[in-house]
Amino acid sequence: MPEVKYKTIHRMRSFAYLFFILFISWLALTSSFQWQELSIGVFISFALSLVLHKNYLALGFPPLSIKRLVFIIIYMIMLFKEIVVANIDVAYRVIHPKMPIKPGIVLIKTGLKQDIAKMILANSITLTPGTFTLDILGDTLLIHWINVQSQKTDETTKMIGERFEKYLRVIFAE
Amino acid sequence: MNGFGTIITGIGVLFLFLGNLGVLRLPDVYNRIQAGTKCTTLGAFLAILGIGILEPSWFWKACLIALFVMATNPISSHAIARASNKIGVPLCHKTVVDQTKDFKKDRKT
Amino acid sequence: MSGTIIFIYLAFIGAGIFLCLLRMLKGPTASDRAVAVDTITTTVVALLVFLGFVFKRYVYLDVALVYSLLAFVGLVAIARFLEKGI
Repeated sequence: MPEVKYKTIHRMRSFAYLFFILFISWLALTSSFQWQELSIGVFISFALSLVLHKNYLALGFPPLSIKRLVFIIIYMIMLFKEIVVANIDVAYRVIHPKMPIKPGIVLIKTGLKQDIAKMILANSITLTPGTFTLDILGDTLLIHWINVQSQKTDETTKMIGERFEKYLRVIFAE
Repeated sequence: MNGFGTIITGIGVLFLFLGNLGVLRLPDVYNRIQAGTKCTTLGAFLAILGIGILEPSWFWKACLIALFVMATNPISSHAIARASNKIGVPLCHKTVVDQTKDFKKDRKT
Repeated sequence: MSGTIIFIYLAFIGAGIFLCLLRMLKGPTASDRAVAVDTITTTVVALLVFLGFVFKRYVYLDVALVYSLLAFVGLVAIARFLEKGI
């Protein structure tokens, strides 16, 4: 594995995200706002993120901006809607006496660069109607599809990956 | 508020049951993983969130557990699916296409 | 939430876990059994939170959190074992 030099701004960004997530988790776990609890939480989050932030540098977090925040919220709303549709779809296929399934394994391509973006894309595909990520290598994803409608890689990319990628491309743009 | 929480929990429990039924009924490993992941993720999310609404002092912790389940459940299912694909668990007879070979060709180069 | 509704919900969750256990007994390959265990653990996390509500015990939430964490780690370990052997 080659050594990569990271700038100070990247280190600070990783540190800030990690501190924020740890502190929010602490607040949710204790559910109290007394100053003793808060100060202990700040201390533990600070120490942990100081030690651990190096391990998250390779994920390549993007900087935070208003536009990205808006797109993240839109993405989450759309993801939740897709999850509900997916569940009703799978429930219909399970309850139906003849089980109308037509499964198959297809390939799709992605244009995303960062590892964290690919991970979010793969997990989103897993939670949406009829598709499931089996494996990922470079820019190719192996997808199990419960109701195959096309076998060409271009068309499958458009049908499965495109609706998430157009948001993720904005969120993770350089 | 009480009735709302009860209904949310009920929908979650129904989806959990359907996911478990799907694991029993569907024909091969990959289809079972589909039902087992999707339905139980949303089912557990809604059931835990409904309990959080019914008992307001538990709300934030219930949210944390629900988000944790939602983040980790796809990953563990993905690990099992990847392992079964690599060791070559057979697909069911209804399968129409299998492009794993093209992917493996990419994997070598 | 009345007693009847609690009984119905618990019956649904119990029936679901029973169906998964059937799949675990039948499952032709080891992967099928792993999938059944995965589904059961997620169901049990929801069941623990629900039981905490029924018995009014806050500590059940901690148990559910730790149980989901350990189940995640254990399932990833099982997947590694299926892939490469020990």
